[in-house]
Amino acid sequence: MRGIKSNVRERIARRAEQEIESGYYVNLGIGMPTLVANYISEDKVVVLQSENGLLGIGEYPAEDEVDPDLINAGKETVTAIKGASYFNSAESFGMIRGGHIDLAILGGMEVSSQGDLANWMIPGKMIKGMGGAMDLVHGAQKITVIMDHVNKDGAPKIVKECSLPLTGKGVVNRIITDRAVLDVTKEGLVVREIANGFTLEEVKNSTEPDIIVSPSIRYDAY
Amino acid sequence: MKRQFMDGYDAVKDIPNGSTLMVGGFGLVGIPEQMILGLVESGVKGLTVISNNCGVDDWGLGLLLKNHQITKMIGSYVGENKEFERQVLSGELEVELTPQGTLAERIRAGGAGIPAFYTPAGVGTPVAEGKETRVFDGKEYVLEKGLKADYSLIRALKADEMGNLIYNKTARNFNPMIAAAGKVTLVEVEQIVPTGMIEPDQIHTPGIYVQGLLEAVQEKRIERRTVREG
Repeated sequence: MRGIKSNVRERIARRAEQEIESGYYVNLGIGMPTLVANYISEDKVVVLQSENGLLGIGEYPAEDEVDPDLINAGKETVTAIKGASYFNSAESFGMIRGGHIDLAILGGMEVSSQGDLANWMIPGKMIKGMGGAMDLVHGAQKITVIMDHVNKDGAPKIVKECSLPLTGKGVVNRIITDRAVLDVTKEGLVVREIANGFTLEEVKNSTEPDIIVSPSIRYDAY
Repeated sequence: MKRQFMDGYDAVKDIPNGSTLMVGGFGLVGIPEQMILGLVESGVKGLTVISNNCGVDDWGLGLLLKNHQITKMIGSYVGENKEFERQVLSGELEVELTPQGTLAERIRAGGAGIPAFYTPAGVGTPVAEGKETRVFDGKEYVLEKGLKADYSLIRALKADEMGNLIYNKTARNFNPMIAAAGKVTLVEVEQIVPTGMIEPDQIHTPGIYVQGLLEAVQEKRIERRTVREG
């Protein structure tokens, strides 16, 4: 079961990597989005931002390179690439809010057809805090949410209206799940790609709002 | 020449009950760890603490929590601490969660004499409830207030005797803004060097914000040691 789960995460992460263009400055959220870094093509020049004050996250350190003063926003020890820079948290979020980050890839609990995102709290459960997510969703040029298409009970995570408290209203541009790629547009949710092993019908049935099928929809896309 | 303290307790022993403290750090990185231990020793109570996180159960600000020294916490992410959860649920601890960028800017504003500012973060979410909002160029923003503190406790890599500071890597985080937002700012450093030993162009925080210095050995605990294979 664990193997299947990790395959699904890898599939989503590999598809999400295609959103990244060479030359981009990118912020990857904590959890599954962090995995995307493992799949960034060597042909692309990409600079990863970490909101705790690092532009140019490198790979994880070798045992003898671990520096306790050098972590990513998930508090993992990391390294810095050649050409990296360090800065304070106000500058970091100035960079984010000011629209200088090309793309943010974040996790999601619910996304609505209007692009509302809920990913920080479940009422009744302990509130951990929103961290930097609420700032990120308003700052990056493009917000892509990656998540499972349905929750543990099989219920849709793409919904007409979010039932959970929002992280941001009308902020999501693209949703990538284990089943499909959908865009939030003025006309509504447009399905662009269907993943291997799923049919359009299955995607429609596991998505709460009605979806528009792109004329150029791709099947078995990833 | 700034005042120099002997140890963490010496630095913080005069902080009175009921003070508002700002404490630097992101996770356990860049926290003034010896001064926090000094606060545990002083037993000061009724603290309002402004810090991005609240330590872990047995290190950093978590030690003050365990000791029931904090009554209110303002931060952005407090998820690493079971005692925190217990105290919030039992009503012993008041918590105000603020988006991380808003927190950084509120502290920056407080130190820079800006009483409030508009930001898009939190619009349409529980964070904006009860706050003024305003539309600029078709986009809605929420009014957030600057933050100040009675005491700011921060950590830097190096200070000179005039209190000019240099930070190390991602241990900079909230420390520079917190330095400016405290009425009294106390800095824990790994090394105090003679004035003139730090190039003026390399200084991250000018000494004007600093009232006291403590040179201390840092434990630098790691929350998530992640290494690559091979």
